[in-house]
Amino acid sequence: MEKTWNNKAWFMVLPVLLLVAFSAVIPLMTVVNYSVQDTFGNNVFFWNGSDWYTEILESERFWLSMVRNLIFSATILAIEIPLGIFIALNMPKKGWGVPVCLVLMALPLLIPWNVVGTIWQVFGRIDIGLLGYTLSSLGFDYNYVNDPTDAWVTVILMDVWHWTSLVVLLCYAGLVSIPDAFYQAAKIDGASRWAVFRYIQLPKMNRVLLIAVLLRFMDSFMIYTEPFVVTGGGPGNSTTFLSIDLVKIAIGQFDLGPAAAMSIIYFLIILLLSWVFYTVMTNVDAER
Amino acid sequence: MARIDVNHVRHSYLPNPRTDADFALREVHHTFEDGGAYALLGPSGCGKTTLLNIISGLLHPSHGQLLFNGKDVTNLSTQERNIAQVFQFPVIYDTMTVYDNLAFPLRNRGVPEADVDRKVCETLEMIDLASWAKKKARGLTADQKQKISLGRGLVRSDVNAILFDEPLTVIDPHMKWVLRSQLKQLHRRFGYTMVYVTHDQTEALTFADQVVVMYDGGIVQIGTPAELFERPRHTFVGYFIGSPGMNVMPVAIDGRTATLGSQRIELPGAPKAGSGAVELGIRPEYVRLGRDGMAVQVSKVEDLGRHKVVRAKLEGRDIAAVIGEDETLPADPKMRFDPVGINIYADSWRVEMEA
Repeated sequence: MEKTWNNKAWFMVLPVLLLVAFSAVIPLMTVVNYSVQDTFGNNVFFWNGSDWYTEILESERFWLSMVRNLIFSATILAIEIPLGIFIALNMPKKGWGVPVCLVLMALPLLIPWNVVGTIWQVFGRIDIGLLGYTLSSLGFDYNYVNDPTDAWVTVILMDVWHWTSLVVLLCYAGLVSIPDAFYQAAKIDGASRWAVFRYIQLPKMNRVLLIAVLLRFMDSFMIYTEPFVVTGGGPGNSTTFLSIDLVKIAIGQFDLGPAAAMSIIYFLIILLLSWVFYTVMTNVDAER
Repeated sequence: MARIDVNHVRHSYLPNPRTDADFALREVHHTFEDGGAYALLGPSGCGKTTLLNIISGLLHPSHGQLLFNGKDVTNLSTQERNIAQVFQFPVIYDTMTVYDNLAFPLRNRGVPEADVDRKVCETLEMIDLASWAKKKARGLTADQKQKISLGRGLVRSDVNAILFDEPLTVIDPHMKWVLRSQLKQLHRRFGYTMVYVTHDQTEALTFADQVVVMYDGGIVQIGTPAELFERPRHTFVGYFIGSPGMNVMPVAIDGRTATLGSQRIELPGAPKAGSGAVELGIRPEYVRLGRDGMAVQVSKVEDLGRHKVVRAKLEGRDIAAVIGEDETLPADPKMRFDPVGINIYADSWRVEMEA
């Protein structure tokens, strides 16, 4: 069909452009604005060029937060994805168990993030918390307030508890869309349980897994509330992830310039990593 | 290859079936001969897929026994029964190549790789996909995928039977014909026992040597396509097979004469006494329209290209007749029944006539 060109059509996209401008682009520009200027108060700003960027990129503190954050994301992905698949595979496909399981799975997702933090903060306390008290009375030297390893274990357990359900629900959705005929054919072909998983279930979950990995990676790379409530980034800086660090610089120290520069760098890193994930996984998909 | 005996098999999907209505399969007792091509024909929900799944072992029958070559296999798993089954929607392993798809059932059974290669190459030739061997299976068309499903059955030379569950549903009409004739060819060359479930009479009649017509959880007639057409044992078979289906009308019988309203119809013989309502069945192909016979009112004529279907009223009842494409109706047509095509039914079941 012949396409007609009419520049008036641009008016059609105007509302969306305005919405995006006000909700994303303009606020982002103010951040850009801060990141290239310095101020000594009184609302007087000086052009500062790329100084803040250089400062952030050269600071050890930034890179340490980054490494901590990457280790955190890698760990929770390594736990939540296989665990989520495993649970989804073992969930009932029909009967009364389905709604029960779905509701149980959805529960952690419905709890506000700071409440999740509070729950685990209390749960892990050695004086009154169920987990902390039990562990210490069993003779384990568990104390997430003083011990960096314990703090890490607590934060990771909390994230696994909070977010594995998301992976489960996504995988479950992928699994129930597989017609019975596939399982019947596999039986007739004499496929083992592993072969059924490898050649039927995994390929069918491919797409939802891509989404799950992307969502969990981005979320965990931006994590703030829960570890902040539980550990406040401590002990020391051991659980200070990028966004906790960012807030410390911006609100704690009120260094708007470096904080703005860090925000931009942070944003670009997430954008880049998400793009890499997406490209890699869609390419793998296309090859198959 | 095997002879399959279905021994008084009943099946219900309910845990505690009480009445006959609770059974999806009321009672089937039948032998599928070794090397035969059978079609299970019937409307949706008549139990034909249930029967097929019982044969393949995907379902365990509530009652009854299943024998392969005289050996009881009722409690054996699908895999142990060594059956191939092709489903309504093509089942292929997306991530594998065509070659690997066909090799899959063999590799699962631990066949040495050299034999796998030989068998797979043979099968690829048989199903005409040799040039696609190295391609990913997901890019294929529906009919090619369905051939792969079939190929995964053929690749195992020792399969007891190949079962088809409405395999051509998602195939384009022109490919249906091609695939069907390829199936027939395979059957002739290799002599597999094949059972083919369908609700399409053309498919059933062209594929099978023996058509098993099922209705409401039971078998109503087993016969060659010609038998089903000429001598339907049950009025359902008359309706279901043929297009349009058989004309069935209530009559009163007196010796060699049937009375329909004010009309008297000569029968080829005297029907044996049967119980229940007596009906006369005649296929539209045996209804003649001409200048003498019973008075009818023609309501419309459908031209189907190859022939015409005349819809008319005889004694106030709808009746269909088939006439040649070039025939024209006389101004005031009269109807006659060709005695060869007349069947008499008592309580819906056919009764024999004494010559």
